[in-house]
Amino acid sequence: MQKIYDDAASALDGLLRDGMLIAAGGFGLCGIPELLLSAIRDAGPKNLTFASNNAGVDDFGIGILLATRQVSKMMSSYVGENAEFMRQYLEGELEVEFNPQGTLAERMRAGGAGIPGFYTKTGVGTQIAEGKEHKDFPTGPDGAPETYILERGIVADLAIVKAWKADDTGNLIFRKTARNFNVPAAMCGRVCVAEVEEIVPRGSLDPDHIHLPGVYVHRLVQGDHEKRIEQRTTRKKESA
Amino acid sequence: MPWDRNQMAERAAQELEDGMYVNLGIGIPTLVANYTGDKDITLQSENGMLGMGPFPYEGDEDPDLINAGKQTITELDRTAYFDSATSFGMIRGGKIAVAILGAMEVAENGDLANWMIPGKLVKGMGGAMDLVAGVGRVVVVMDHQNKKGESKLLRACTLPLTGTGVVDRVITNLGVLDVVEGGLKIVETAPGVTEDDLRAATEATIV
Repeated sequence: MQKIYDDAASALDGLLRDGMLIAAGGFGLCGIPELLLSAIRDAGPKNLTFASNNAGVDDFGIGILLATRQVSKMMSSYVGENAEFMRQYLEGELEVEFNPQGTLAERMRAGGAGIPGFYTKTGVGTQIAEGKEHKDFPTGPDGAPETYILERGIVADLAIVKAWKADDTGNLIFRKTARNFNVPAAMCGRVCVAEVEEIVPRGSLDPDHIHLPGVYVHRLVQGDHEKRIEQRTTRKKESA
Repeated sequence: MPWDRNQMAERAAQELEDGMYVNLGIGIPTLVANYTGDKDITLQSENGMLGMGPFPYEGDEDPDLINAGKQTITELDRTAYFDSATSFGMIRGGKIAVAILGAMEVAENGDLANWMIPGKLVKGMGGAMDLVAGVGRVVVVMDHQNKKGESKLLRACTLPLTGTGVVDRVITNLGVLDVVEGGLKIVETAPGVTEDDLRAATEATIV
């Protein structure tokens, strides 16, 4: 089966529709599927829901789809690095469902692993626990009961992720902290499209070093990435 | 003299023991890394890294290598990378010994508020709710009073909570307090600050 496509637009061909749920990898601007996001903007589907830790900045990442009003809902843990996002959010044009970061990651992982829900202590007693099933388990000291809430797994219509290298079968290797949400996002997609910096022939990657097996990856595209830095922090070299 | 930001961070560093895996929040907690001395401490960055190194030299920045505050950082010879679900698995699973975090309010029962102010812009909780629910010990480092001079150590939090009964110890510019049965217990005071000064600046019950 041929997984490699010529460009991001053809890799998404036939997969996009209005109102769909898309899971996107990335943390801040690190490891985001920038080529696929641009192609989604150009293809023009509307009323999209994105499960994504963040929402990009005004002219990069998911921000470019907010500028074109293609997004109606975000499921995220931290947003607001982005003026247009905040405007739409404050004026009620954009719905935001806040998820604790680890809960969002686990909801994706669980959805992809066939687990429809899981109990977690995260958020018990806070706003995000409202309306969710509560249940005690004997996990405390000496079997004392502790309260957990039920969180639901996410299964997305489409997952878009960014990796460093792929082989032509879709086995992926990520680089440094750019792995982040790309693994759980890829797992939870009914279909997953991955963009990578380099596609190598099968046999070129050490099977022991694969981060995400190709079973999760249906389509692949190779391209040049801008890889923008959101906060450039440095230290001075100590002078001799 | 109350402690300044760096002295609070230096005091917080005393909470860390050799061999610990630790998560540091943004702000004063980040400064704690400057005061760990000879202790063998591994810093976790919840976006997917154990063994976080210092900022890179100019020109060495790598867009694929950032911390949870989205700042460019470096790796160490002990560094391991992993995905976000694995990262929060180790947090939720209690594998991280200590989190040192900032706060807006702490209540005498250990409730913590540090993610939103109603009526103001809400940006989200990020990983704060997961951290306080999961790590072994939560140490808050914050100013004792807000800009209006009001106590940030309260009988009950007024802001939406990040977690309930999660705080173990609070280090402020005035001293160190533990959350115990019935309220807060003074552990020590900053040099020149008396226990009476600390009580006068605190709304929460001190036992």
